[in-house]
Amino acid sequence: MSTARNRGVTRRQIMRRALALGLALSSGSSLLAACAGGTQPTPTPAPQAAQTPATTGTEDKLEIFSWWTNPGEADGLAALFDIFKKRKPGVEIINATVAGGAGTNAKAVLVTRMQGGNPPDSFQVHAGQELIGTWVVAGKMEPINDLFEQEGWLKVMPKTLLDQISYKGEFFSVPVNIHRSNMLWYNKKLLADHGLQPPRTLDDFYTVAEKLKAAGVTPLSVGGKDKFEVPHLFEDLLLAVFGPTDYTKLFSEPSVWESDPRVDEAIEVLDRFLSFANEDRAALSWADAAQRVIDGTAAMTIMGDWAYGYFINKGAKPGEVFGWAPSPGTDGMFMWLSDSFGLPKGAPHRSNAIEWLKVCGSREGQDAFNPKKGSIPARTDPDKSVYDEYLRYSIDRFAQDALAPSVVHGAAANEAYMTEYGNALNVFSASRDKKQVKSMLIEAARELSR
Amino acid sequence: MAEKAAGAVRPAMARREAVLESRLPRVGQWLPLLVIAPSVVAILVFVYGFILWTTLVSVSRWQGIVPDFTFVGFRNYATIFLSYRFQSDLRNTIVFTVFFLLGSLAIGLLLAVLLDSKVRGESFFRTVYLFPMAISFVVTGTAWQWLFVPGTPQEPTGLNLLFRKLGLPIFIDWSTTSDVWPNGGLQVEWLRVPLGIPLAMLPVIIAAIWQMSGFTMAMYLAALRGIPDELREAARVDGASEWQVFRYITFPLLQPITLSAVIVLGHISLKIFDLIMTQTGGGPGFATDVPGIFMYETTFKSNKYAEGASIAIVMLVMVSILIVPYLIWRLRSETER
Repeated sequence: MSTARNRGVTRRQIMRRALALGLALSSGSSLLAACAGGTQPTPTPAPQAAQTPATTGTEDKLEIFSWWTNPGEADGLAALFDIFKKRKPGVEIINATVAGGAGTNAKAVLVTRMQGGNPPDSFQVHAGQELIGTWVVAGKMEPINDLFEQEGWLKVMPKTLLDQISYKGEFFSVPVNIHRSNMLWYNKKLLADHGLQPPRTLDDFYTVAEKLKAAGVTPLSVGGKDKFEVPHLFEDLLLAVFGPTDYTKLFSEPSVWESDPRVDEAIEVLDRFLSFANEDRAALSWADAAQRVIDGTAAMTIMGDWAYGYFINKGAKPGEVFGWAPSPGTDGMFMWLSDSFGLPKGAPHRSNAIEWLKVCGSREGQDAFNPKKGSIPARTDPDKSVYDEYLRYSIDRFAQDALAPSVVHGAAANEAYMTEYGNALNVFSASRDKKQVKSMLIEAARELSR
Repeated sequence: MAEKAAGAVRPAMARREAVLESRLPRVGQWLPLLVIAPSVVAILVFVYGFILWTTLVSVSRWQGIVPDFTFVGFRNYATIFLSYRFQSDLRNTIVFTVFFLLGSLAIGLLLAVLLDSKVRGESFFRTVYLFPMAISFVVTGTAWQWLFVPGTPQEPTGLNLLFRKLGLPIFIDWSTTSDVWPNGGLQVEWLRVPLGIPLAMLPVIIAAIWQMSGFTMAMYLAALRGIPDELREAARVDGASEWQVFRYITFPLLQPITLSAVIVLGHISLKIFDLIMTQTGGGPGFATDVPGIFMYETTFKSNKYAEGASIAIVMLVMVSILIVPYLIWRLRSETER
């Protein structure tokens, strides 16, 4: 870049240029650092000091952290707040919601706050391993067994559920709702037109799907854009192949993934299911996939029961436009996931937080929250009159069926496992390479024993 | 050499400055330092300090919420390099960078040359071409995702719908195929991913070129305007054709600007995140995944801080490979002047 314009250069000019270059260097390297800097959680020392319960007299506030910002879930949260306000008038509620699908953003904010020794009074977390594997193991939560005994929750919540959400015999969070993940939603008219019944078993499904495919209808609508849809389908198929007891073992005994031939069988089943599914799934969210069912361009979709809320919102009549059944092969099994609230160590307004947890676990609280959120209570004694048709059906199934925890939605395994498991199935959804997905699932299982 | 020139050319000025400096000795010494000190400190802490911190984390055993700084050497690096996802990320980054750079430079240069030919309403076109740069990558990604949603063969959407309406065949599954070109990709014994061009990456590359070619156009246009007309006139007088003028006069003079554009675009493409996150989310499979997304998910979804940090360091190294030679070259040419 030496041009003719520089005749003589003074030392001062050189200095000036060096300075300019230095600035250019530093701004250049701040660009470099943009990628490096991103990894940092705030590098604060472990918040030992903040772990003792605060006993100061400032009990006039309650901060509740969640990712419930959408209509329905936000209304449900507000209903819980109303009950709390009646019980403890004069306490100001700070609603610390962080928007973002499935709580990804919220979880990152929460980690930063907890590591910085600034926990909220109570926070939303999926009950089960997502809470235990992340927070309980790290020693950040207070056990709340007393509350469970005192409030009689041990009697009104199913024993299997209690077993699946406790860690070494201790409880750390109060489940406020239950969603069911193993549901099949179908277009009533399409099935009726072809003289078909909703499939109950895996073999039923193949028969139904073959007929629909021959008639030029997409039998199964599957999403994939949010990366949880195919892993979700697979967990329902695992449940169908393994049954509730052995399915649960997959996550307590990681070696099963390598030794049990039923793993290959489940992969085979998934491959067959996908052969009946739309090819463009990578570009669709679960909601886009569900939309095709009520539009009549696809016959069935397998999704959790938040799909019900979606259909209702879209104006589709339950029982007329669409119907539901347990996903093929899982009749009598209830794959659950649950939102819950826990008590972090060092909660600034501990006694209010405990009162909040009582509201969350109460019949009154759960019956106010769940009809709005479109889920069912974790208690088996709700006032069924406030729930609509599907939710009443679900409440009955929850009380009778064998319970199994969902992987994708945080109940069965920790987050590190969830990601690896999801990766394996998303690669499979695109590549359909059975050997590869098996080896990736075995690799993922190593995360379970950590 | 320069020192001698300084002493010889302007002795009077130097004398006057010396007088000034002796009058205000202290201010002259500490004021400049004081002015740059805050940014120097900030950069030392927030840039170099954090690079050091990330490096430390990347060789630790920190997984989960509680920090664990037990030294494990390069184990985390080995883990990520052996993983299917990261190998796919590296392949995708290279493919994306090469095509994005070539595309943006070629289209930018073409637009600039066309605009430079004294077209009427030039400033209008300049604005039109530059406008995409004003839009965030997030918006670009979302909009182009709609364009490339393929739909089903019965009910095509986006570009496929356009092709159907125009009576053209529907070409590809756009963003939903995980195929690697050429035909299944090149299988290498010790690699877990096939090498080649992931077809799902093409829509992303097109969107990125759409966004950034206006920027290269602006840079090239400025450079073209900076070339003295006399040079070209002289060549024409000597009997050179317009193509020869461009090939032997204009094009070589554009080289420094090309280098600057490569540096700017290169570092964008090596750490691209938002565009791909919104347009494809890294899917299908990991056909459009890049290290930025992998780093984010490893660190903030799986809480594997050590592995996340090692991905960040690898990204830093990749960008350094591009930037450092450039900085050295700049430094050398600055001092040689």
